[in-house]
This record gives sequence, structure tokens and C-alpha cells, in this order.
Amino acid sequence: MTSPSLISAASSGHYVHVGVFTISVTNLLIIVAMIVVFVLALVLPFPGSADVDAHGGDRP
Amino acid sequence: MATTSVRRRTTLHKPVPPTPDAHDFATRPYDLVREFVLALVAVSMLTTGLAAAFSSPDETAITMRSWAQAAPDDVVATATAELAGTSASATYGPPYNSNAEGQKLLGIPTQKLGGVRIPVDSASLVLQPLAQVAGDPPLRAALARWGAADSTQQQAWATRYADALAKSGGTVPPQVGYGPVPLLASRFLTLARSGGLEGSLTSSGNFYGGDQTRPLLLLSDGAYLEDTARAQQLGGDQWGMMNETGNYPGQPWMWLYTFWYQVKPFSTSDNADAQVWGLMLVLTAGLMFLPLIPGLRSIPRWIPVHRLVWRRYYRAHAAGSGRTSRT
Amino acid sequence: MNAQLRAATAGAAGHPTTSWTTWLRGWVSRLVPPGQALPDRQPTYVVSWIYVFGVLTLAALVVVLASGAVLAAGGVAWWHVSGLGHFVNSLHLWSVELLFAFMVIHLWGKFWMAAWRGQRVLTWVIGVLAFVVSIGTAFTGYLSQSNFDAQWISTQAKDGLNSVGIGAWFNVLNPGQMLLWHVLLLPVAVGVVTVWHVVLVRRHGVVPPFDVEPGD
Repeated sequence: MTSPSLISAASSGHYVHVGVFTISVTNLLIIVAMIVVFVLALVLPFPGSADVDAHGGDRP
Repeated sequence: MATTSVRRRTTLHKPVPPTPDAHDFATRPYDLVREFVLALVAVSMLTTGLAAAFSSPDETAITMRSWAQAAPDDVVATATAELAGTSASATYGPPYNSNAEGQKLLGIPTQKLGGVRIPVDSASLVLQPLAQVAGDPPLRAALARWGAADSTQQQAWATRYADALAKSGGTVPPQVGYGPVPLLASRFLTLARSGGLEGSLTSSGNFYGGDQTRPLLLLSDGAYLEDTARAQQLGGDQWGMMNETGNYPGQPWMWLYTFWYQVKPFSTSDNADAQVWGLMLVLTAGLMFLPLIPGLRSIPRWIPVHRLVWRRYYRAHAAGSGRTSRT
Repeated sequence: MNAQLRAATAGAAGHPTTSWTTWLRGWVSRLVPPGQALPDRQPTYVVSWIYVFGVLTLAALVVVLASGAVLAAGGVAWWHVSGLGHFVNSLHLWSVELLFAFMVIHLWGKFWMAAWRGQRVLTWVIGVLAFVVSIGTAFTGYLSQSNFDAQWISTQAKDGLNSVGIGAWFNVLNPGQMLLWHVLLLPVAVGVVTVWHVVLVRRHGVVPPFDVEPGD
């Protein structure tokens, strides 16, 4: 027996439904942001002297 | 000729050369402590910003009283089901009772492995608080009548009343055949409404609460808790394990665990929980021991994302890159 | 064995000894190569932003522990009744989200670098263990919220744990037990696994690129 009309008044969040998949907009944004950050980490240049690269640094 | 055949064999199988010692490579200055301090400052600022902008959820717990006020029919139906022995907790099996075998994984009764270590008598969830009510002679008489009957009679009364409730949608005219059940259920609702049920079901056994096993089992035997959760997309078949109330961030890292509950055969299986547990154990072991799994461990070689990571090094040491086996 | 190591493993008179203290000292000093516990230099191939996600994960863990400590100081119900307490709870929630985000990006990076090469299989294994233990710790945190979320999560999770017999000992409907696991037992486990992981990284150094030799 259910009483759907008397459920807590707090509103449900926003969700995206694609087939069997359902994800909250917030979670989706988090995952997309992670992928973007990952790609940026791979492609953005890392600060450091080009000299070190050319001369191979100091031997251990 | 032996050398030729060895060289040919080497070329065919392309053995991967052993990875050299990292400590043998040329180095450059790198301040780890400064890196950590900067990371700490950055994460602290990011956390503070996110907390200030988005806060965190805190939906008040459902109390027995708020349940009784919001869904009184559900309280009565739940109390009746506890007396009938048909509620979810009453028919659960281990660790609460032996009234069911419980779930199985590959034929093994895994639910029984822990034994009945948290014994809960579902009928007592209703009877025990009622027994503590003073100054209500009809209630006392109803309790006595219930206690004097055998279990077959008790079950007959309660089941008949539960069926009548389900058919009528809430109000059932008084009728012979329900025994003391209507009065017991109605007094239970009154007790809940008055706030007298809070704390009376504690599993702690003393003044100090802390163990909410019995009140939570009673609450989850009803429909109100689940209806409230489902309205917020928190249900098991709604990817609920990943979600949070409102628009707050949930648990994205639970995506694979909850995925299995959305698809067959798990979505229609009586043993879904045990099966998903077993499957996730295997997949987690797969992730943990990935370096030992042929094929999977070679994916980084086949899809050379690493060329982006080390592009500066490969460029600066172009003469040495791309070499495979040494004869 | 160089002079430093020999001194570490010998007793005062310079001879091998049965002293437990000397043995432990030697074992500790052999955990990482000399000077590698906190080196001020890295191989020249360590030049990519992908490398910062390990330290970002560590930093997020520090913020999680610090915000958790303040919540613990206030007590179980503090954040429900205090605006400051609620803010600290928000710090705790978002630092946990960042912890998992950075940890997973770190895992992605380490996978594509096949960072288990060169005797680093244990480092990978311990890293995945850190991930799993962190999930368990977060789970007990959700159970300790003393609000509707905790009521729902506990009554749902009990089915998963009971189905394989674990629920008989690990009772998610018992907030008293879950809170103590969350505040003490599991953070200690996370700490031990994290230290183990970092020691292994320092021991073996950062994994070299594919198919290169030091002399190139």
C-alpha cells in the first residue's frame, strides 16, 4: 500500500534518461569534468626548462 | 644456424625488454614538498569554494511520528503485516530469523553463512511497545487475547485483516474473524502519532540508544520510507546507489555496482544482491590483478596514450625511442 | 652493500647482531634506496600534468581528515543544529568528491602508462586496495549522517551485505557501530594502505616510458 501524495516535499534533482541509463545532471557534470581534466592533463604543456630535455639532465 | 633461428623466433614473438631501473635515468630538480603544499592549498581552496557555493544535503530523518502523520494507513498495514508474519523482516531469514533460506550464489546459501546473529522477532516490533502502554484496559485485554491464542489462530486473524485492509484501501468495518488485530493496529498508530514509539524499539537494550536495528526494520517494512526514497530517484532500480537527494552530488564511483541491478538477469532475480556481490568481487579482483592478465595489461601498448604523457622525453631522445628487442 | 647500509644493519661493534632494534632499523633503511624517501630530483621524463593527481589525491585526503576531525569534535548531531557545523559537513562532502575524482584520474593515468611495469605490480595492487577501502570508508560515512539519507542507505545496503552473510557482523542498521568504523577503523586502514603505496612509489621510482634505456 503506498501513499504517494504524502511523500516528503523535497524536490527530486534533475536527471538524464538514456535507455536503461539514468544519471543525475550533477553526477554527469562531475564525470564530464573528470574526463576534460584528464585530457587537459595529457595535452597541456608542463612547466620546465627545455634545456633539461635537450641536455638530458644530470646523471644520477 | 642456431643464431638465425633464435633471431627469427625473437622477431616473431617480439619479447618486451625488461623495464630499466628508474634510478638510472638522468634527473632534474623537482620540489616534492612544494608540490604537496601547493596541492594542499589548491584543494583547500577548491573545497571551500564548492562547499560555500553548493553546501550539502541534510534531509531530516523520518520519525515514527512523522510516518504516522504522513501515512497512517501504511502504519496500520505494516503493524498488521508484522503480526501476520508476512512483513519483509518477518520473512527475511538470516541474520534476523530462520523464516527463510535467504539468497544463494551459485547454489551456495551465502545468506546463511553469518547465522542468525541479530535475532529480531517481527511481531514484537508491534507487541513490545504496546505492552508498555499503561492505563488502557481494552488494549491490555487485546494483548492478553492475542497472547492466549496459538500461532495458527494469530496468523489467521492478522492475514484476514491484512487482506481486508488491502481490498478496502484503509478503512475496514469491524467484523468477527479479525480477533484483536484491528485494536492492536489502531493503538499502535495512536502510539506512533503521540511520539511514544520513538526510542521504544531500540536494540541497545539500555537507556543509551545507538543501535537502531529494530526501528529501521519496522520503518523499512512499511511503504512510506521507500516511496519517499523513490520520489528522489534513490530506488535500487533507479540507479539510486549513485544518487543523492535533491541536486547534490552523489557517488559516481558506484556506477558499475548499481548498473547490474538495472539489467537482466539481476533486475528480475531473487538472488540479485548475492549475485551482484559475487560479480563485483570478480571484477574488482580483475582490476586489482590487471597487471597479471594477458591482453588487458597490453592495452596501454596497443592504444599509446602514453605517447602524450612522455612526448617531450621521446622527442628529446628520438634516437633511442621505439626500439623493441635487442638481440 | 654500501657503508651506510652496512652501518644500519650492524650492531655497535660493527658485527652482525641478533638485536631486534638493529634488524628493524636495517629493514626500514632498506625500504627505499638511500636519498629516495624524499628526493629533490626526479627523472627527466617526469614532466606532465598527469603526474600531479597522486599528490592531489593525498592533499584531498588531508582535507577529508581535517574536516572530519572538526565534525568529530562537534559530535554526531552538531552539523544538524549549527550553521558552522553544516559548513564543515559541506567541506567534508566536497573534499570526498574531490578525493575520488583525483584518485580515479590518477588510476586512469597509471593504467595508460602501464605503471605496473618494472616490478611495480604490488604498487598497482595496493593502489586498487586504497580505492576499495576508500569506498568502504565513504559508505560508513553515509551511514553516519543521522538523517533520511542514512535511513535509506542503511536499509538498502543491509540486503547486499546480508545476502553474503557479512551483515551478521557488520550491522549497517547500527549507527553506533558504523560511526566507530568510519571515524577510527577505516581511516586507519586508509592511512596504512596509503603509506604503503607511497613507500612503494618512492622505492621503485616513477615508471619509465615504454621502450627506453637510461643511456639514450
